[in-house]
Amino acid sequence: MIDIRNLNVHLGEFRLRDVSLSIDPGEFFVLMGPTGAGKTVLLEAVAGLVPVLGGNIFIGGRDVTRMLPEERGIGIMYQDYALFPHLRIVRNIKYGLRYHRLDKETAQKRFGRLVDDLGIGHLLKRYPETLSGGELQRVALARALMVEPGIILLDEPLSALDQNFREEIRLLLKKINRSSHITFFMVTHDFSEALTLATKAAIMCEGAIAQTGSIRDLFSKPASTFVASFVGMKNVFSAQFNGNQACVDSLTIEVPQPHHHSTGYIAVRPEDIVISLQRFESSIRNAFPGMICGMIDQGFLYEVHIRVRAVVFKSLVTKGAAIDLALDIGAGVHISFKASAVHVF
Amino acid sequence: MGRKGSFFWVSFSCGIMVLTFILLPLVEMLTAPSGAMLRETLQDRNVIRSIWLSIYTAASAAGISFLVGTPLAYLLARSQFRGKHLIESVIDLPIVIPHPVVGIAILGVAGKNHWLGQYLHEFGIRIMGSTTGIITVLTFVGMPFYINALKAGFEAISPRLENVSRSLGASMWSTFVRVTFPLAWRSVLVGLIMCCARSISEFGAVVVVAYHPMIAPVLIYERYEGYGLQYSQPVAVWLVLVCLSLFLALRLLALPQKKVS
Repeated sequence: MIDIRNLNVHLGEFRLRDVSLSIDPGEFFVLMGPTGAGKTVLLEAVAGLVPVLGGNIFIGGRDVTRMLPEERGIGIMYQDYALFPHLRIVRNIKYGLRYHRLDKETAQKRFGRLVDDLGIGHLLKRYPETLSGGELQRVALARALMVEPGIILLDEPLSALDQNFREEIRLLLKKINRSSHITFFMVTHDFSEALTLATKAAIMCEGAIAQTGSIRDLFSKPASTFVASFVGMKNVFSAQFNGNQACVDSLTIEVPQPHHHSTGYIAVRPEDIVISLQRFESSIRNAFPGMICGMIDQGFLYEVHIRVRAVVFKSLVTKGAAIDLALDIGAGVHISFKASAVHVF
Repeated sequence: MGRKGSFFWVSFSCGIMVLTFILLPLVEMLTAPSGAMLRETLQDRNVIRSIWLSIYTAASAAGISFLVGTPLAYLLARSQFRGKHLIESVIDLPIVIPHPVVGIAILGVAGKNHWLGQYLHEFGIRIMGSTTGIITVLTFVGMPFYINALKAGFEAISPRLENVSRSLGASMWSTFVRVTFPLAWRSVLVGLIMCCARSISEFGAVVVVAYHPMIAPVLIYERYEGYGLQYSQPVAVWLVLVCLSLFLALRLLALPQKKVS
């Protein structure tokens, strides 16, 4: 559906460098990356809203690189909703109709269905400034869907919403994606959003794609230290490999399969590291005694830092578990993690 | 609220001084002529003609600024390009140039010795001593105020609204007409008021280009020079009253309206 090949964009000091991506029809694709990575610029380049210096964008096999935004059939939704403040909600939703050949009856039917599905019938006569965040987002979605675009670009659509509305809109997006043939291309910072909504994803860093693939692979098999740390793999170590073993400083860690290079990296997700007071008698191959050297409060969880010889591992434990185990800085504990939890790259 | 400190009293005193400085001469001027003198002045056809000419030429300057200044203001608000600051400085030039110099500069290109002047002459367009000349001068001095006010207005409108409009199928023209302009119309009105206000008060440049036909400030000056303060004051009062009424009406239009929720 969307095929981006070697896209280059220069906007002042910022550069998009040789970006290539492929998104299948009907897919929910998520683009992640730190602030300033170029996610919104890429989205706007696809929509035709920023000038492209090099490369091509194909939509449904058609080269749209030099096409005007209004000719591309792509809807865009921003995190601030961008509803037209001078128009009532009904006119906001119907705004795009005059540019699409649609008979009155079909338009009215579609309008009625969208208003019902999104539960915004009571808002039609109001102005955007009087609506809540969740209502604004529903209206923005209705406005984009009213012209039935082949693709909808979502620029952090949920980030300005509170938790309740966020969950509601997330489910709504999922439902629309499943029930329509619309391809969704969404930028987000939120991993839970990405995991809930996306089938495939990409991570951007400094104007380039760092990794692309299935959402599961991105989180469990990062290809670089940047991606590993970005997706929350807090335990990333450079290692020397010898068969199924990785040597990190003087620590020998069992890995799932031999690495094809003698040196590289290993990464373990903090939630895969189990803390216990006694050593587990189990089949787990990676078990080490250590000492807690730090505890960071993360709301419902603690990020516990455990020093094992010269290596510091990070694990996540619930506050309840931390109290039960009487975890505190200086306490001696054991950590264990499966060889299969170790990602090698 | 606690006891007011010295900072408040210094600010307050300065405020009173500034207001007195502005209002005292104006109030004095407005109250100096008697009712009979004001009525008599209003029956003078020359006075009516000059006030009308002032309003007409200032409105024409604002109209021209609207037509050619609006696209330029939009371009400056939305685009980043090499030389943008230079263009902005050029637009601001008429604000800083001494007024008689503006008149001399315009006569320099509108005279028969200049190719543009010859060209205009061939088409029967006369700048020196004509209403066209007055409008040219007033556009020159008033347009920067219109462009700057509107540029700020356009900058305050999120480009994302335009992006969404285009993603819904609207062309740039359609987006401008349906989204950008309706959201910027108050800035347009403020810009027009600023342009008109600047134009209607112009004297130095106009007097060089066109002493006749006489706009109100030139008439006031002529009466002051020829007959003294008392004879010029009633004309000045009528000019101020007419202008204030017009600007007040425009300002009221430009005030934000409460939307029905």
